[in-house]
Amino acid sequence: MITITHYMAVSAILFSIGTIGVLTRRNAIVIFMCVELMLNAVNLTFIALSSHLGNMDGQVFVFFIMTVAAAEAAVGLALMIAFFRNSDSIDVEDFSLLKW
Amino acid sequence: MYDKLWLIPLFPFIGFLINGLLGKKIKNEKVIGSIATISIFCSFLVSCKYFFQLLGDNQKVHEVIISSWINAGPLNVDWGFLLDPLSGLMMMNVSGLATLITLYSIGYMHNEDGYYRFFSYMNLFAFAMLMLVLGNNALVMFVGWEGVGLCSYLLIGFYFEKQSASDAGKKAFVMNRVGDFGFLLGLFMLFWSLGQHGVWTVRFTEIAASTQLLENGGIIVTIITLCFFLGATGKSAQIPLYTWLPDAMEGPTPVSALIHAATMVTAGVYMIARMNGLFAMAPETMMVIAIVGASTALFAATIGLAQNDIKRVLAYSTVSQLGYMFLAMGVGAFGAGIFHLLTHAFFKACLFLGSGSIIHGMHHAYHHAHLNDDPQDMRNMGGLRKKMPITFITFLLSTLAISGIPFFSGFFSKDEILWWSFASPRGHWVLWLMGALAALMTAFYMFRLVFMTFFGEQKTDARAKDHIPESPFVITLPLMILAALATVGGLLGIPHVLGKALGHVPNLIENFLAPVFEHTQHLHSLHAHGTAATEFTFMGISVGIATVGIGIAWIMYCKNPQLPAQIVAAFPKLHRAVFNKWYIDEFYDAVIVNPTKRAGTILWQLFDARFVDGIVNGVACLVKGLGRTLRYTQSGYTHSYAMSMVIGVVAIIAVYVFN
Repeated sequence: MITITHYMAVSAILFSIGTIGVLTRRNAIVIFMCVELMLNAVNLTFIALSSHLGNMDGQVFVFFIMTVAAAEAAVGLALMIAFFRNSDSIDVEDFSLLKW
Repeated sequence: MYDKLWLIPLFPFIGFLINGLLGKKIKNEKVIGSIATISIFCSFLVSCKYFFQLLGDNQKVHEVIISSWINAGPLNVDWGFLLDPLSGLMMMNVSGLATLITLYSIGYMHNEDGYYRFFSYMNLFAFAMLMLVLGNNALVMFVGWEGVGLCSYLLIGFYFEKQSASDAGKKAFVMNRVGDFGFLLGLFMLFWSLGQHGVWTVRFTEIAASTQLLENGGIIVTIITLCFFLGATGKSAQIPLYTWLPDAMEGPTPVSALIHAATMVTAGVYMIARMNGLFAMAPETMMVIAIVGASTALFAATIGLAQNDIKRVLAYSTVSQLGYMFLAMGVGAFGAGIFHLLTHAFFKACLFLGSGSIIHGMHHAYHHAHLNDDPQDMRNMGGLRKKMPITFITFLLSTLAISGIPFFSGFFSKDEILWWSFASPRGHWVLWLMGALAALMTAFYMFRLVFMTFFGEQKTDARAKDHIPESPFVITLPLMILAALATVGGLLGIPHVLGKALGHVPNLIENFLAPVFEHTQHLHSLHAHGTAATEFTFMGISVGIATVGIGIAWIMYCKNPQLPAQIVAAFPKLHRAVFNKWYIDEFYDAVIVNPTKRAGTILWQLFDARFVDGIVNGVACLVKGLGRTLRYTQSGYTHSYAMSMVIGVVAIIAVYVFN
């Protein structure tokens, strides 16, 4: 029997993997994918809890999050292409023009 | 009936706008001069219409409200005009003289730089002065009061490229500010103290009707009137604030005639007459006014004795004559003071314009001969009566008037003031003596001026002396009109005793002004101190004094021209003191101006540079230091930002969970 606890655990594991990925990886595309992973971990929580509590609000939220994620993907990828054209790299270590 | 009263100040304002905005483009001197003269002449015509309407009207006080200006709690101020005999006389005086003097300026200012600027300022002045005299409440009067101060500053500094002229403008402005401060304080106190009795007002008619609410002779009314009097000393050049007026002669001569002799400087006298009911309630203030007036009359006359600049003599004479007006106000003879204001406006404007005509001629001659001598120095003149006959005759008539020769205008007005300074319940023989001595000196220095300028041999440089022309008609026409007024203007106010002796000739001006001064009638009930015989005696003494003054001048400057030099040699220190104006300017510099400057320097160097700047710079240093320390958190590495976000989120959740 798969209980709500299992869903929560998977979601927490996914979220942690995503967070660690964002913190440790240098390739912007990988970081970007990790952020998507974190978003989907949250989506999983929403859906699980929605089903568990018999309330549709969570599912509605998920739709919004997916829409935002799609838009974010478009903008983010465009930014990366622009950056790559400038510096032949998508390493975030090179994204430090605005520091002191 | 009187609802178009606002046209009177409006016309000169339009003239000011046209010349001020478009004058630079118009360029044509005749057009500019005509616009200015016509606009003020229109206002004179309207003044005439209303003045004669008022003469035939039984009701003598009319208020016209144009619109509401300020409504704040109990304070309600309107843009409104007041026409009564006093403001009627003043508006005739201002608009009439302004017309003549603007006409004169067309000739006098010919070929000057800033021709349009001059005429637009003159119109602006006429506007402000008419607002001052016609305003129905103290705030509208104050607008005019400040406006004439501004125009005075602008016109004194008309030749602003000259250091002395711009300095004189600043001096006049600053000294007037001291007086204006008194005016405002007095107004605030009056408003407040009447408000304590439930009457919140700044309107003159309401003030006059409710002064009896205040304690008669009380401390409040004394302080209020003293504050107002301080305002009057600034504007009307009385001790202690008189030193700006002689310096104001740096302005063009028509300005001296209009602003610094005939109209603006009499604003203080007008203001006191306007609030005569209030002043009559403060005997101490009246005493101060009388003493200040008499001292100024005497003191300024002594300085006038030894000046060599023709305009400076006239300037000190103006200060002295204004002193007479204040003496009249101080002894409660308000009507006599206003009468002298009027006659003085005629003869002094004529004298100034005459001196302008002389300066114009001298300047022309020096210019012709390529000389750089001072065209205003009387020592370079002499014998001009043949060169400038019209100027000479008009000048002589006005000089006779100011000296108090019988049946010229100055005789009637000055004599009335001297009589009241003795006979009024608030008068004193010492005041009379001071006034009489001043009259002696006036006759002397005025005839000294005439003898040095028009008589004797010509002392002008030989290369220039044959090129002194009589002035053109635009200059001599105003001279002739003013000289005629100076000669016969006194017939408006024939004293009662003389009127009776001649067979019931009424004192027109006193009867006309009576409604304005009805609350203060008790101050000049006719037989307060003296009888008709005494009054005739005093009249005889005045005439004798004037004759003696003229005689001394004749002996010293016509019969025996070496005498002045001998007298100077006999009393060198006295002469030097008088010549240097008793060192009053130096005294003010040492006691007031320089300590103020020094205090300013100290405050600048200690308070401003150290303390105020210290606070500002200290804050800047603090922010800079913090920024230097904290900037290391901005590493530019995405990881470290992401890490700090994660730590923050974890910390917030931890607090949430474990609390």
